[in-house]
Formats: sequence, C-alpha cells, structure tokens
Amino acid sequence: MIRPLAILGAAALALVGALGARATVLEMPPVDDGAVMEGMVRSLSDYRFFNPETAQIPNGNVIPYSLNTPLYSDGADKLRFIYLPEGKQLTADGEGLLQFPVGSAIIKTFAFGEGKDRKLIETRVLLHRADGWAALPYRWSEDQSDAKLALAGGRVPITRPDGSQISYRIPNKNQCKQCHSKDGEVIPIGPKVRNLSTSWLNKKMAQRSLASAPALERVLPVWSKRGTWPVEDVARAYLDVNCAHCHQPGGSASNSGLDLRWEQDDPHALGIGKPPVAAGRGAGGYLVSIAPGSPDSSILTHRMGSTDPGVAMPELGKSTIDEEGLAVITRWIAQMEQ
Amino acid sequence: MKKLMIAALMSAASVTATPVMAETHTITAGEGAQERLQEALILAEPGDEIVLAAGRYTLTDGLSLDVDNVTVRGAGMNASVLDFTGQQGSGEGLLVTSDNVTLRDFAVENAKGDGIKSKGADGIIYHAVRVEWTNGPDAKNGAYGIYPVEASNILVQDSYVRGASDAGIYVGQSENIIVRRNRVVENVAGIEIENSNRAEVTENLATKNTGGILVFDLPGLPKVGGGQVMVENNAVIDNNTDNFAPEGNIVATVPAGTGVMVMANDAVQVRGNALINNDTAHVMLIAYSQKFDDARYRPRPSNVTVSGNLYGSGGAKPDFPGGEALVGMLGMPIPPVLTDGLHQKLAVMDPVNVLSLGLERVGQPPLQGKPEVLTPAGSGDLPRLPAVQLPAEMEARLK
Repeated sequence: MIRPLAILGAAALALVGALGARATVLEMPPVDDGAVMEGMVRSLSDYRFFNPETAQIPNGNVIPYSLNTPLYSDGADKLRFIYLPEGKQLTADGEGLLQFPVGSAIIKTFAFGEGKDRKLIETRVLLHRADGWAALPYRWSEDQSDAKLALAGGRVPITRPDGSQISYRIPNKNQCKQCHSKDGEVIPIGPKVRNLSTSWLNKKMAQRSLASAPALERVLPVWSKRGTWPVEDVARAYLDVNCAHCHQPGGSASNSGLDLRWEQDDPHALGIGKPPVAAGRGAGGYLVSIAPGSPDSSILTHRMGSTDPGVAMPELGKSTIDEEGLAVITRWIAQMEQ
Repeated sequence: MKKLMIAALMSAASVTATPVMAETHTITAGEGAQERLQEALILAEPGDEIVLAAGRYTLTDGLSLDVDNVTVRGAGMNASVLDFTGQQGSGEGLLVTSDNVTLRDFAVENAKGDGIKSKGADGIIYHAVRVEWTNGPDAKNGAYGIYPVEASNILVQDSYVRGASDAGIYVGQSENIIVRRNRVVENVAGIEIENSNRAEVTENLATKNTGGILVFDLPGLPKVGGGQVMVENNAVIDNNTDNFAPEGNIVATVPAGTGVMVMANDAVQVRGNALINNDTAHVMLIAYSQKFDDARYRPRPSNVTVSGNLYGSGGAKPDFPGGEALVGMLGMPIPPVLTDGLHQKLAVMDPVNVLSLGLERVGQPPLQGKPEVLTPAGSGDLPRLPAVQLPAEMEARLK
C-alpha cells in the first residue's frame, strides 16, 4: 500500500512543479511518465512529448538539442529532444555520454523537406526505465497527424531534396538495439559532452537541467564548419559518430577488431594496415581497412562508397552514400604518410 | 509451523520461477511476411516457438531475434524458405543476439551479406538448416552461411550450406563447439573454425569447396589463441573449386585443392577422416605469414596430430606458385601432408609421406626454403583431446 501512495505523491508533486513553472502552457498536460516507464504505447502522441505533435513543439521539460557532428541518415533532417522528469537533472561523466536519470527519454524525429513541405517520416524514442533503456520506432502517418508504433520497422519511398528517389528504411526494434548496444545493454549514442556545444551545456547548467560539465580542451568539430578544422579531427569525429557505436569493444561489430572511437589511438585498431576479418565481399579486393595515402585501396572508403547490402557500411540506417562524409575520409587517408 | 511456512514460501517461489506457458506463433508466407515475421520475433517471450509454415517468404530486409530461449522452426529445409533475393538492407539474412535459441528446419536463400549470424548468442543450436546461394560459387555471394561468433556452447548439425564466398559454416572467437553431420558444398571454405577453443568437427561431408575444413587463428582480434580442435571422421572430397573469395580476406589465400588446413592454433587433431582427391594437399599446416603486432599471438601451429585417416589420390595439381615445378622436382604428387616447416610438434601417425617446404622463419616467402620429404614419425601420438561437452539441456532441446 505504501508504494502506490508514494508514487501518487510523487506524481502530485511533479504536477505541482509543472503548474508552478509553466503556468502559461497548461492546455497540454505534462509528459506521461507512465508511458515512458512501462509498456509500449501505440502512438507517439500518447507520451505527450509535443504540442502540437506535427509541429514538434516541445511540451514542458522536453529540451531540444543538436550535435556538433551528426550521424548521416540518408540526408534526413533530425529534430532531437531530451525529456527530463520534473526536478531531475542530467549529469556529465567526463567527455562521454551524459548520464540520464531513470524516467528520462531521448526523442529523435527524422524529416525531409523544408517549411510547409516538411514531411516527418519517423520518430525514434529511447526510454530510460528502471531495468535499462528501451528503444522504440514510430512511423508517421501519411496525413502527418501522429506516428504509430512500428516494431517491425518498414520502408517508405522518399524524394530527397536533390530530387533522387530512395526507399528509406525505418529500423525495427531489434535494429535499434544493434547500434545502441554495448555489452548487450541498450545505451544512448548521440549526446556525448564532447559532441554538444559549450553554449548549450552552459545554458542547461544555468537552467539546472544539467548538474555540471567539464570544460573540454578538444571537442568534436561542428560539421557545417568543418573546413576550419584539421581534416584528421573532422575524419575522426565522423568515424566516432557514424561507425564507432558498432566498431568498438562490446559493440555489435566488436569481432571485427576495428575500434573507431574518438579516444582510440592505436593505428591498428583504427584500421591502419589492418587486414579484414569477416568482411567477405565487403573487402572488395582490398587488403587493409586503411591503406595510408591510398583511399582508393582502402576497405573503409570502399564500403562507405557502396549502397549494396552486404558491402555497404554502416549496415543499418543508410541506403545512400554520404558523399560529404566520404570526401572527408578520403582526404584524411590521402594525406597519411605511406 | 515455521518449517511449513518456509516450505510454502519455497514452493510459491518455484511456481513463480517457472515460465508462463510457452506459446506457438505460426507465420505463413505471403503479403506482409516481412513485418509479420519480424514482429513475431520481437514480441516472442522466452520459451515461445515461432513456426514458419511451409512456403516461400519473400523478404526485403534482414530479420533479427533478440529474445532468449526461442525456437524458430520451419517445416523442413526445403519446405520453409526465407528468400532474400530482393534484400535491400542489413548485413545478414537473420541475426540472433540472444541466448539458448534453436533454429531448425528452414532455409535462408541468397542473403546479400551473411546467411545467418549469431553474435554473443550462447547455447545456440542450428539444426537441419539450409543456407544457400542458389547460383553456386560467385564472388558476389555473401561471406558466411552459418556464422556463430563470440559465444560459448554452439551446436551446428545436419545442415547444408552452398555457395558462400568465404566459409559455409564459420565459427569465430567462441568456445565449446560441435559441428557435426553437415554437408558443405561449393563454398570457398567448407567449414572454418577461427580463433576458437574446444571444437569438434565430426562426420561432415565437405566437397567441391576450395578448401574443405580450415582451422585458423589470426592476430589482432579480441580473442586469439585458438586450439583444442578435433577434426574427426569427416569426408573431405574433391575440394578443387577455384578460390572465388574476394581478395583481402584470409581465405582468399587458400589454394584450391586443400583438404584440411591448420593455420597457427595449438592442439589440433586430424583423425579418421576420408581425404580423397584434393589436388593441392589433403592436410596442410602453415604459420601465419603476414605482419602482426599482438604480443598474445603465436603464429605457428603446434601439437598437431594426423592419425588414422584414409587417403585417396590427390596433390597432383597444387594451386600455389611453384607448385607445378615442385611436383616435377619430386617426381610425384604433393604428399598427403604438407607443412611449411614452421610447425612445432607434429605427430603424423599414418603411413604417408610428409612434405616440408623447409621454411626457417615466420614470414619467409614459401619458395625460399629447402623442400624435403620427411618420413612420418610413426610414434609419439598425442593423447586424444577430451570430448566437447555441451550442456545436457542443449541436446535435450532437440528431442
């Protein structure tokens, strides 16, 4: 009897807090903490992360953020949000992932097109529950009114801004975990301190949603301004963000022996002069992941430059070539001493 | 009274520990098979069985299973077919990442990458599964057919793999492994055990591959130091298919005509096999010859026994540079056992010749040594490796 009472009490307190803090936007009830903590709601709107849903205007305690170097997803625009339960805080753990309190969520919506023509495709949510993180994909309806749970994922025909037609893949629930897994546990990937802007971190500290964050000497380059950074930093940031969630010890591609994390310094682990292990035809006839000075004979660029399943890297979440990313990696390998 | 209470509590506890009634979910082929099957794989509870009714399932994306103690069962390896010919995404046909899973009686055809991969999936059983690239040998086929990696307790039996551009059955970075009674045909490597310990490869038929059975250990991986591998009572016949592996992969270096090949590893026993008509050599021992930087790694094969095998013709058309000249020089085919000379402790108990290429250091080009025909020692047979014991629960699962 004590527990339900306590939960009721906490909920009431949270409600009071919300009332006090945001008295002006009260038409929308706060985020449904029950939906975050348990089960699988069928509609994205059931969480009440947004108001209105289609405009993706965040509800109370839902905080937008962006990343210095983002993950490439067929050129989709991404709207990123963190939900923090009332009175809870993020904490920083060095330069790595922010630590999220139980009850929080990370929400990412994928969209193509600008302004009136913007079309929301899917929203992926990561829910931090008592027994760990849960990852769920939601697919937007044609009429854009709401997104429905799509456990098995799906394919959506998309016309990209450059006019090209693609079959865009929404990952299934297990595929979410493939990228978001370390040592078998689901974890977030994106919001690492080193990949967030200092001004955002400072603002969040001022607003008390972030307890504290270290001042870093070396942060990931801002992708849109990558020309002002050394190519090595840009390339290593790209690999960290686009590849290292699988290619690291404990990740989904750990058996490859390739470790593409930002903090990795061992040239062999980064693929320099490293022969493939289980690449199969992905190797494309090349002998090493990175042949210094020779991007055209490196497996890394070969696989980034392919859309053929079984060859293409990353394996999930991309059906087109990231030409900008490939150009950076190509330049980085080309300038390496042979 | 107190005792009774405890007994009651304990029985209550054991009741709650018993899983709820396992359920069977039957999936049929046809419209929406991709979503229906994937959803069933996601929503399955431990103990459940997913039945693939007979039929051809046309799939566009890889499938995956991440729930422990689930069985996926078809109506037979030729009756329930997961057809990935039109696959547009993912690195494999089916991926398993949970423990104690049983895959049985279905087929995976024409996956764009690997056929079935299980990663970190302890206690997995592959039983009577067919993985096939139906066009036969082709460098564009996927790499591995049946591909368990980074796990303990693996059983692969009564299965069939054809057309893999790397290995038909590949077990990597694992331990406690039984691969038995499979047929592997027209792959680059029929069966490959790599960077693994305590493996038994028995009663398989490996035919028309480039190499029949490979036991490899490679440097620079999370797990190195493979060994305690028994290769026994297999039929390794006619493995003379031209190597069609994409270059860069270690198996691309395997000569056509290889029967059983041991690279590095400690304690490998090749016993009681029928080795027939493999044109390079029936049994080959070599050191890892490329550069490496891994203090844990030992590049030479050591403690290898070759005993009680039946030898047919072979060795007449060795598929390595200088091979033909070597046959001419010897005036006979390559003897049944070929070593680069870098092995440490080799016991050949069979009455056959052994050809050593006479290399003296690891990494030396193969033709720089002084080849010599060694007479088999005929004594010093090493004790049999202990039998691999899988948990009793695994064998029971198939009954």
